[in-house]
Amino acid sequence: MWSENTENSMISKISNTEKVKKSLKSRYLKEKIFKFVGLSSIFVAFFFLLILLSDVMMKAFPAFIQTKVELELDLSEENTGVSAKSDIKEIKDVDYRKIIREALSAEFPEVKKRAEKKTMFSIISTGAEFQLRDMIVDNPQLIGSKQKIELVADDNFDALAKGQIDLTGEQKRFDDLTINLYKELDEKGKVNKSFNWQFFKTGDSREPEQAGIKGAVIGSLYTILVTLLLSFPVAVAAAIYLEEFAPKNRFIDFIEININNLAAVPSIVFGLLGLAVFINFFSLPRSAPLVGGIVLSLMTLPTIIIAARSAIKAVPPSLREAALGLGASKMQTVFHHVFPAALPGILTGTIIGMAQALGETAPLLMIGMVAFIVDIPQAITDPATVLPVQVFLWSDSPERGFLEKTSAAILILILFLIAMNALAIYLRKKFEKKW
Amino acid sequence: MNTGTIVLFLLIFAGFNYFIKHRKIYAVYRVNRKKQSNKMTLPKYFGYVASMWSLIPALLVLLVIEIIDEPLLKSNITNYVHAENIEIGQDLDLYLNDIKNIKTDNIKDVDPIKLKVHEHYQNFETLISKAKTIIVISLAVLMTIFGFKKVTINTPARVYFEKVIEIILLLAATIAILTTVGIVLSVLFESLRFFGEVPILDFMFGTEWSPQTAIRSDQVGSSAAFGAVPLFVGTMLISAVALFVSVPLGLMSAIFLSEYASSKFRSFAKPVLEILAGIPTVVYGFFAALTVAPFIRELGTSMGLSVASESALAAGVVMGIMIIPFVSSLADDVISAVPNAMREGSLGLGATKSETIIKVLIPAALPGIVGGVLLAASRAIGETMIVVMAAGLAANLTVNPLEAVTTVTVQIVTLLTGDQEFDSAKTLAAFALGLMLFVTTLILNVIALHVVRKYREQYD
Repeated sequence: MWSENTENSMISKISNTEKVKKSLKSRYLKEKIFKFVGLSSIFVAFFFLLILLSDVMMKAFPAFIQTKVELELDLSEENTGVSAKSDIKEIKDVDYRKIIREALSAEFPEVKKRAEKKTMFSIISTGAEFQLRDMIVDNPQLIGSKQKIELVADDNFDALAKGQIDLTGEQKRFDDLTINLYKELDEKGKVNKSFNWQFFKTGDSREPEQAGIKGAVIGSLYTILVTLLLSFPVAVAAAIYLEEFAPKNRFIDFIEININNLAAVPSIVFGLLGLAVFINFFSLPRSAPLVGGIVLSLMTLPTIIIAARSAIKAVPPSLREAALGLGASKMQTVFHHVFPAALPGILTGTIIGMAQALGETAPLLMIGMVAFIVDIPQAITDPATVLPVQVFLWSDSPERGFLEKTSAAILILILFLIAMNALAIYLRKKFEKKW
Repeated sequence: MNTGTIVLFLLIFAGFNYFIKHRKIYAVYRVNRKKQSNKMTLPKYFGYVASMWSLIPALLVLLVIEIIDEPLLKSNITNYVHAENIEIGQDLDLYLNDIKNIKTDNIKDVDPIKLKVHEHYQNFETLISKAKTIIVISLAVLMTIFGFKKVTINTPARVYFEKVIEIILLLAATIAILTTVGIVLSVLFESLRFFGEVPILDFMFGTEWSPQTAIRSDQVGSSAAFGAVPLFVGTMLISAVALFVSVPLGLMSAIFLSEYASSKFRSFAKPVLEILAGIPTVVYGFFAALTVAPFIRELGTSMGLSVASESALAAGVVMGIMIIPFVSSLADDVISAVPNAMREGSLGLGATKSETIIKVLIPAALPGIVGGVLLAASRAIGETMIVVMAAGLAANLTVNPLEAVTTVTVQIVTLLTGDQEFDSAKTLAAFALGLMLFVTTLILNVIALHVVRKYREQYD
């Protein structure tokens, strides 16, 4: 009886082993596929990152090159009506546009028709006359003779010079005249390309070739400064209280729930808060880095508090007990021993919070930092814009010249973020202690 | 004196008090050196307490005055304008701004009536400024004298000082509550005004959204409609696309990183994935609008589909890429939290690694993963810049991801950017949408945090 049973079980055992052995191949295959899917999903994410960054960089590169056209300007005293010794105000009032246009007409005497002349004049940027004015105000000796001066070209001409326009294609957006004028100027060697310093020196403009990033960078710096000054002390104080002093009660629980929830509230809601409370109720100035900084500090507060709390928590209890045992008060223990030990971790969290604030756009749109502002802000209450908002504004502009400017602004923004994150990593590596 | 000078004065004053008190107590200690008690407080604490007496009440009063002076000025000018029967002829706020910004150096070009109001404004402002200076400074002096009398060698100065510091720390912690209250009140208050004009049911269940109110009442086709259903559907659609991209990719990367990858690969891949989370959303928006959307459009056209140039798909896919690291780090956390015993038990019974993961780890970690997905969904719903730049403005009620839809956040931004008076139904509608957004994300967050906590407790 029993032997039959064993035999049966032997058979079934063998057949089970066989079964398992047979299935092994497909199971290992599944294993391999699964592993491959995991690996490839990581590489898909990497691939997107690579595409994103290279796309931005490729588009940004031309923005750092500026096309200038060399023209021989007649700055003689008869033509300008002023001399080198004239009053600054008179020099400012000279019609520089006329001088530029005359120089263009002298360069191309064959262009006669009204419409063609208009096209020809549009080679030079409309902002060039102001640049010329500033140049001469700074340097009045230029007046009195003919001068060869390089003037910034219009964005369309700039695109032509950079070879961004497909001249052979069917959808030629450019009239032949501009192309011929460009070729003629190019042959004479009067089209010069140089590094675009102007991009870093000026504020926003309606003309792509005149637009610069400086206003936005300064605005961002002011905003981040306000954010840092407000959020760092408050967040550190809150974190110290919650970790070291807070009793266990419902009120403290409520605070903690609030902090965790605020960390996940959409940023645009903070913008609504800023608009309703700080601008409409407290009548703080619109579009100012002050309000932007306040809103962003409320937004980054939870991030910094959470980071600071975990840094404080990581300080070993033995440190506290030793200090208390030597007779220090609770406050002295915290401020003389625990806080300095936790500071590198807190700073790292703060920098990451600041990087988050630097890249934030949506709440700032709500409080009016989206306005078109040419002047470079001088104080935290001046109207200003910030880097990400500048990116948003430029990306909305229809002129093709703004495409490369947008990418360049993104590149600068990303460079700032990389610098901040690198600093955070450096701090962590340098001061990290294993207790 | 302006506020900055007053604060500076108070600080100098407080520093001075500290110095004097410190010296005084120090002198007392020197005299009493012989009969030293063992309960000795450091002299600096007496100094701190003395300077706190002069500083804190004055600063508080200054703060209150700063908060009320702007509304006070406004109401005063408004009263003055009404009393003098001056025709404003424009929005009150703009008018007040005009009055404030009149420069006295080119009086000739300015309307004489405005100049009169400006003069009144200046008089009143000087009055407030003077009153502020006198009140604050005299309070500081009074409290200093009081404090000087109050702080003696027998005062438990350190205890007082530490108590005050603790209260300041507590106040810093309650700012989180104040922020939440501020958000709720500001959004709720404006929303209630909106629901006074537009019935809440029309807003919640109406299917037509066209917030353009008529400039003239006789305009044709100008009646505004505030039915938010197309926005809700559009938001859901884009978020669904985003989750469809980010959940599988994020989950699989997390599984690979926590279960398969060597520690070397892990230490390289994790930070690189985190870069995706660190890129500003406006950059993703630019990428979606200028690279992904045209690409999808061309791809669709080549397959014979008509794709809108601002398709929900483009915005959704890019948003999905953005939240991959978010999903993957949350999933990584919960998968690593599954006890090793479960892993080893399954492997010991002969299961392959992938079978262990699919049949043991994922079911065990499921609550945590669901919580993570909910958090990711709340992220996607609240995301603004990508959709502002890459999704449409027209409110189409559709679930076809190839068409253009608009979202709640896009509409908030469109309604509130640009110059318009603040009280129109149009701007108030933005706050009602903000309320919806806040409540939805709040509910998602609370559920998610609850689920995750419950799950953690299970294995602790």
